[in-house]
Amino acid sequence: MATNKVLMKGNEALAEAALRAGCRFFFGYPITPQTELAAYMSKRLPKEGGTYLQAESEVAAINMVYGAAAAGARAMTSSSSPGISLKGEGVSYIAGADLPCVIINVQRGGPGLGSIQPSQSDYWQATRALGHGDFFMPVFAPSTVQEMANCVYDAFNVADKYRTPVMILADGMLGQMMEPVVMPEPIDPATLPEKPWATCGHGGERFHNVANSLYLVASKLEEKNVERFKRYEIIKATEQRAETFLCEDAEIVLVAFGASARIAHSAVVTAREKGIRAGLVRPITLWPFPVDTLATTFDTARAYLSVEMNMGQMVDDVRLAVNGRAPVEFFGRTGGIIPTPAEVLAQIERIAAEKGLGGCCCTCKNSDEA
Amino acid sequence: MIEKDLTARAENVPVIPARSEEIIELAEGEKIVKTRPHALLPVVTNYCPGCPHGIMNRLVAEVLDELDIEGKTIGVAPVGCSVMSYDFFGCDMVEAAHGRSPAVATGIKRVHPDKVVFAYQGDGDLASIGMAETVHAATRGEKITIIFINNAIYGMTGGQMAPTSLPNQVTQTSPYGRDVHTAGFPVRICELLSTLDGVAYAERVCVDSPKSIRNAKRALKKAFECQIEGIGYSIIEVVSTCPTNWGMTPQKAFEWMRENMLPYYPLGVYRDVKADGFQDIYGAAAKRAEGCPIAQPPAANEGSK
Repeated sequence: MATNKVLMKGNEALAEAALRAGCRFFFGYPITPQTELAAYMSKRLPKEGGTYLQAESEVAAINMVYGAAAAGARAMTSSSSPGISLKGEGVSYIAGADLPCVIINVQRGGPGLGSIQPSQSDYWQATRALGHGDFFMPVFAPSTVQEMANCVYDAFNVADKYRTPVMILADGMLGQMMEPVVMPEPIDPATLPEKPWATCGHGGERFHNVANSLYLVASKLEEKNVERFKRYEIIKATEQRAETFLCEDAEIVLVAFGASARIAHSAVVTAREKGIRAGLVRPITLWPFPVDTLATTFDTARAYLSVEMNMGQMVDDVRLAVNGRAPVEFFGRTGGIIPTPAEVLAQIERIAAEKGLGGCCCTCKNSDEA
Repeated sequence: MIEKDLTARAENVPVIPARSEEIIELAEGEKIVKTRPHALLPVVTNYCPGCPHGIMNRLVAEVLDELDIEGKTIGVAPVGCSVMSYDFFGCDMVEAAHGRSPAVATGIKRVHPDKVVFAYQGDGDLASIGMAETVHAATRGEKITIIFINNAIYGMTGGQMAPTSLPNQVTQTSPYGRDVHTAGFPVRICELLSTLDGVAYAERVCVDSPKSIRNAKRALKKAFECQIEGIGYSIIEVVSTCPTNWGMTPQKAFEWMRENMLPYYPLGVYRDVKADGFQDIYGAAAKRAEGCPIAQPPAANEGSK
């Protein structure tokens, strides 16, 4: 196959990749900075025999996704931070009814109406408690436009496989920037595996299917939740995704995802040039958090630095994973400000000075890892 | 139809062991004139004695049977007294969050436009927390059928003031009677929705007598047919009672309903685009907007250019 590289905005890449992943049902509500995603869907879906529906609210949009998912379709919604908060109720019901769908959050600054600039301040919301009740959902955090396209595929597959909502946590910077991207091969929705649990009319051939999250008998609900958490254990064991950069001998390990990982990457390169053994762990799944990848750095790491576009959220997960083996520090900018490589480098240099690190060997420039 | 295995369901609701015709011994000259509709599972419902939900659940099931659509119907259950109707109806069912039924039904219908989708909602669900979903599903002309049970009170939570509680009506949260100066006025749903172009059929009925029950069933059937024929959105509002939370016997409750609710919520057909001479909502809407060039077909054909 000839590679067909095109220049696309992150938001558009997410939309096109969803179409190619077999999603024909999109329900959304206008909000900056995810605008191009919905606009792209409104242009393309009617021509693909699908449905683009601009809902009356974020709340309605996620409930339309609930209906479409229950009916057996690959369905998606996208929004940005304040809109995602409104979807929280629906996501909880979707998780409770064990339905698969994809929710995209092109994050902006918060709390409240916040800003329309890029942010990563919905990390806690995405990985901890988007809605009420005992549940998690897998969260993908792409850091390039190519990865945005790829992770939509993964998101739909993970959603269908485990019957769970899945979130793609992007941000205003990734959504708005343009990069070359090779689109994945399209899937014909008709070829996707059947969903025998779908509420699509029993046709007189089976007992009725019910999509539901209500269990009035306490022991039934407990049973259901325990079963779901067993599925979460499988997800934790098999679906962690992360990338490492120069971590083999890294003494100062940066941890960063999405847009901030791009900046942390630059800072690590400069730190290496200055003889500091810095490395980067970039979580691609935020839940499950890639604890196994982080564990590969324990032997050499003398300190960790979580770099985020918020007041310090993922740093909690880094601390839990590192579990006291080394100090875990945090550096972030918030309110829609993107940290600069120089600011991050200054933090690395400060830690190096405090720990008496540095004086690296000089082969490290070539020790690029997969 | 396959045999319905209710063993799993028995964990949630008590199952009636056999169809009534099999356990009733008929005396000389007696015959069975009505049996349980196929689309109503043989389970014990959670409704209070004297509650019209039982009548309405049955009527919906009878219509599904008569139109032979149980196998191609997906129902949406609300939050409220009929929340567990997903265990009662024999068609595929989805339980929606409070007020969100029209949005959930929209999602289902868009995926399966050839199937029949209905939502069964109460007044708190439809006219309060779900008002935005109600109005917008209606104005979009979703090909769905809404069954709206209006008994002027929140039944499930124990009798609080509803958006349709009457002025001066005493409830748990309007203990001195609904004061219209502070709590405002009740919402008349059929009147409100009949102003919207997406609504093909809107009728208000009640189920307080054999005659009115027969009439309600006729209306219900018409609403489903309206959906099947693709005419537009249809809604049947049922003026109902809540003997438990009104603190009345079922008979007294119907009396109170006739005396107080029916004057406020008059029965009748509020919109019927077919009777108005239109093929569907699109023809009726274009006529209504006659003076507006851009609103004339086929200009608004989404995705055609």
